Amino acid sequence: MEKYDLIIIGSGAAGLTAGIYAARYNLNFLIIGELQGGAISEAHKVCNYPSQNNISGFELTKKIVEHLKELEGEIVQERVKEIKKEKDFFKIQTNKKEYFAKKIILAIGREKQILNVPGEKEFLGKGVSYCATCDAAFYKNKIVAVIGGGNVAITAALLLAEHAEKVYVIYRRDNFFRAEPAWIKQLEKENKIEPIFNSNVKEIFGKNSVEGVKLDTGKEIKLDGVFVEIGALPKEIISRSLGIKTEKGYIITDKNNQKTNINGIYAAGDITNNNLKQVITACAEGAIASTTAYEELKLEK
Amino acid sequence: MTKTIEITAENFEDEVLNSKVPILVDFWAPWCQPCLMMGPGLEDLSEELDGKLKIGKLNTEIPSNQMLAAKYQIQSIPNMKLFKEGKMIKTFIGLRPKESLKLELGEAVDLS
Repeated sequence: MEKYDLIIIGSGAAGLTAGIYAARYNLNFLIIGELQGGAISEAHKVCNYPSQNNISGFELTKKIVEHLKELEGEIVQERVKEIKKEKDFFKIQTNKKEYFAKKIILAIGREKQILNVPGEKEFLGKGVSYCATCDAAFYKNKIVAVIGGGNVAITAALLLAEHAEKVYVIYRRDNFFRAEPAWIKQLEKENKIEPIFNSNVKEIFGKNSVEGVKLDTGKEIKLDGVFVEIGALPKEIISRSLGIKTEKGYIITDKNNQKTNINGIYAAGDITNNNLKQVITACAEGAIASTTAYEELKLEK
Repeated sequence: MTKTIEITAENFEDEVLNSKVPILVDFWAPWCQPCLMMGPGLEDLSEELDGKLKIGKLNTEIPSNQMLAAKYQIQSIPNMKLFKEGKMIKTFIGLRPKESLKLELGEAVDLS
């Protein structure tokens, strides 16, 4: 039976930072996560993390993971299926094993939202993509569209403009009010990028692969690739089964200590009801969550 | 103990098309985090399925491999294609736990 003081679920910025703090607090801990780096691992560029003015999400992830490994933090790549409260422990069932932990930090992040339109599923991998950093290179001299208007959509468009011949950004609002002005400025300088506002994609069509999209404005655009970047939704299954209080799916935490309404369970990063979903806030919450776990464990000993 | 094989434009015919056992070819790239996360699971599966299924990895960043990526219409990675008797019979797109992949492979080829 594998018993830990602390198990951190999620290996994105919040979970990894919680791990760095847990290591320095000398806790017996483990990180269980599916995708190292989580949301940032697929970010084209991160330019607002102190000391990093221009780093790919991939590189930043690598650095944080290296930092954790230097402190001998352990990450296992497994999927958590269920968490149950037992007497003095939480039992965590993954796709491989059972683990037991006195304290848990949930840093499980969000899942990318899908468009839910005809053609989206059918053309997955045949022109429909959810990861511009993974797939941009396959669209050399092609015509593509990014769907969405937030920071992730705009950075995806900037990356695609390095490879593709033409990049449309299709957005339902009439301007990019959600994105950072610094990104918008860069986007406006790039003449391969053409925003199409006040529009929703109704259908993705093609034969063997994507050939175009139909918009709700009646417009039809011929293109080779569609990158869906319309935001993300919190993962709710775990919080529901544990009776953790949420607000629109986001875990309600006490901002002083990252506690949830369940004793011994803390939450950090994009899964919480914080106001700013960024690397730096995720890291900060991970640090606070680990500190709370450490202090509570100390009192119990 | 069989590790995954590196597939290139040079050995594609020998290792993939003329393979005696089914082979799963993982089209990947070093800039793709989900691809890197798929890596250890594929190494494990390669050992577990020794003799029944081979697993090859094709790096799409290498210029001489890009013809193959184009030929098999790779537009999203991780992209794993299953070949049997020289024919591509199934495609798996996206990161998934190795157990799920093993089940999906078992539906397409005999792994017993």
